Amino acid sequence: MPRVIGVEIPGNKRTVVSLRYLYGVGDTRAQEICRALSINPEKRAKDLTDEELGAIGAYVERNLVAEGALRRQIAQNINRLREIGCYRGLRHRRGLPVRGQRTRTNARTRKGPRKTVAGKKSVKAMK
Amino acid sequence: MGRSVRKGPWIDPRLQRKVDKARRANNRLPIQTWARASTILPEYVGMTFLVHNGRQFAKVLVTEDMVGHKLGEFAPTRIFRGHTKAKTALEGAAPA
Repeated sequence: MPRVIGVEIPGNKRTVVSLRYLYGVGDTRAQEICRALSINPEKRAKDLTDEELGAIGAYVERNLVAEGALRRQIAQNINRLREIGCYRGLRHRRGLPVRGQRTRTNARTRKGPRKTVAGKKSVKAMK
Repeated sequence: MGRSVRKGPWIDPRLQRKVDKARRANNRLPIQTWARASTILPEYVGMTFLVHNGRQFAKVLVTEDMVGHKLGEFAPTRIFRGHTKAKTALEGAAPA
């Protein structure tokens, strides 16, 4: 399996698809990389030459924030919100949705698995 | 969607007047305001505001990181004190 920027090892797929396994590289950027380096996007990633791999690595490092650096940047942004005590920061701290979504139902992605509260149903039944 | 850059940041004119006055007087007293929707400008760094939350005024000391946010973001309008315990709530509310 080929490697790009250190540990990244995309599979035996077309190069455009394979590059999307990099964190921070999606469809658009994968195409952009292929175009900029004039690499055939249909070519299987395993058939890339060492020079091509090197060129991809260099391109990503120079032009994109990806992988660890991107993860760090995102974490920093969230941390900033947490520390200044703004509304969005508070929502991050509490693990609730940040962008004004309802929390009466749903919001399970942020809140995690349901924690059933005993007696909830009987309150409703009494009405 | 974000606000058009052409218009510039929104600041309540009344708040701006208070800020200007305080700066001219070199006054470090907190500025009491209801202008929650006003953007925090870089020149507000280091100032203290008392931002209304609907009931009280929350003290907000502006730091560099807060620039670009709105004053209201730092004065929560809701207090959630947790749900009532199911058992006691039932006993309390149940018409016996």
